[in-house]
Amino acid sequence: MDFLSPTSLAEALAAKARQPEAVPIAGGTDVMVELNFDQRRPSALLDLNRVAELSEWTVAGEHIRLGATVSYTRIIDELGTRLPGLAMAARTVGSPQIRNRGSVGGNLGAASPAGDTHPVLLATDAVVEAVSVRGTRMIPASEFYLGVKRNALAADELIAAVHLPITSAPQQFAKVGTRNAMVIAVCSVALALHPEQGRVGAALGSAAPTPRRALAAEAFLSAELGDTGQWSAPRPLPGSVVTRFGELVAQAAEPIDDVRGSAAYRRHALAVLARRTLDWAWQDYLRAGHGGE
Amino acid sequence: MIVRVNVTVNGEQCQADDVWPGESLLYLLRERLGLPGAKNACEQGECGSCTVYLDGVLVCACLVAAGQAQGRQVRTVEGLADGAELDPVQQAFVETGAVQCGFCTPGLVVAAHDLLNRVDRPTDPEIREALAGNLCRCTGYEKILEAVRLAASRRNPGGRPGEAAEGESR
Ligand SMILES: Cc1cc2nc3c(=O)[nH]c(=O)nc-3n(C[C@H](O)[C@H](O)[C@H](O)COP(=O)(O)OP(=O)(O)OC[C@H]3O[C@@H](n4cnc5c(N)ncnc54)[C@H](O)[C@@H]3O)c2cc1C
Ligand code: FES
Ligand code: FES
Repeated sequence: MDFLSPTSLAEALAAKARQPEAVPIAGGTDVMVELNFDQRRPSALLDLNRVAELSEWTVAGEHIRLGATVSYTRIIDELGTRLPGLAMAARTVGSPQIRNRGSVGGNLGAASPAGDTHPVLLATDAVVEAVSVRGTRMIPASEFYLGVKRNALAADELIAAVHLPITSAPQQFAKVGTRNAMVIAVCSVALALHPEQGRVGAALGSAAPTPRRALAAEAFLSAELGDTGQWSAPRPLPGSVVTRFGELVAQAAEPIDDVRGSAAYRRHALAVLARRTLDWAWQDYLRAGHGGE
Repeated sequence: MIVRVNVTVNGEQCQADDVWPGESLLYLLRERLGLPGAKNACEQGECGSCTVYLDGVLVCACLVAAGQAQGRQVRTVEGLADGAELDPVQQAFVETGAVQCGFCTPGLVVAAHDLLNRVDRPTDPEIREALAGNLCRCTGYEKILEAVRLAASRRNPGGRPGEAAEGESR
């Protein structure tokens, strides 16, 4: 097995073009488990830890350009107020040791339906920056997940960064698991208010072959809030609206029975998570005093 | 491909030959460099018994590829004591009876050491959160919490849990 240690993005892309079968390794928190258990014997590993460009984040206009290998710990410490939804999801990942190494680039590379950042990336309209020697492609998160552990990257591409809008509007993430730490989500929900667009983003994880947006739920709630003038003069939401939103999020799922939970439980829990995240986000919105804006 | 890996462990320049670069840093430490402090229980990041510092950052050694450790600084539980004098965290583990079979101890000691470097007087929820990635099958964790509280109070006798210490840099 080759071990490739590029020290710049250009070198890394050249290596990936030469050896498209090389497996990128960032924090290694997914890759090393597969190697340790002989589930994978790649002909080459491509270490991204020495590529400084990938471990930086920058402000680019209204967006944060988050380098692929920035760790969850750094997202929590450095970006908690600007990317609240992503930081919330990051806080629920694994343990301190896992958060110190794991990255959003790795979460996207693995593309597990249970990956915690995916619902947030979908709800916040994040865009994945995929790069190769051929150039750069900007892939909306909603077009990135193709199947169970399959994503839209070409064999010669690497994820350079993820672009997320900077916001002070409320965002929420919640997941169900068997304990408070170190759990793979049984199911999860992310919610983002986009007051400037008069729209709500909602997405779910671990309850379909891929993470996915709950489009009908987004449309229902966006229309409900818009029609009643709630963005400029928010009032407490009627219980019927919150309940209907929960139902629509649950209906967007295509859950299966597995060791972590039954399909019926997942549907039930998704509706609960959707109602809770909406309650929390809306309370934040009311508290922030958006009336009259 | 078989490679040579150079890595600084506990301040000492170490070299290992014939390394398969996809093997873990844990394997490198234990089987090639003769440092069995970090333990191998799960090899999948779940138990924390292999916890070490990599360039000052707390990691599971089983999830770092040996090739990724090339040229880096590693600090293991063997590197915490100052000669014969135990680190305050180690001393507190001994005194409070936080060690039974001892298998989890090295990982927990390094994780607690990292916590006290970041937070002078951690609250109980902060201690639990910091040690959430370390499993112990023997003690029920109560004495481990006690050990961390004791070590924290000795490092910073003035402060109270949840308070940043006065005049102490982090
Ligand atoms: C004990 C434990 C607990 C965990 N808990 C959680 C959890 O709570 N929530 C959760 O979502 N995940 C969890 N995980 C899974 C894992 O930590 C995350 O998926 C993490 O985001 C992976 O990041 P990494 O940098 O370690 O990826 P790696 O393991 O380095 O890579 C993962 C995949 O992405 C590819 N890849 C990495 N970087 C790039 C890039 N820049 N471009 C293209 N491909 C790339 C790799 O080739 C590989 O296929 C856990 C893992 C462990 C071991
Ligand atoms: S052996 Fe590394 S976490 Fe269990
Ligand atoms: S003392 Fe035995 S596992 Fe913790």
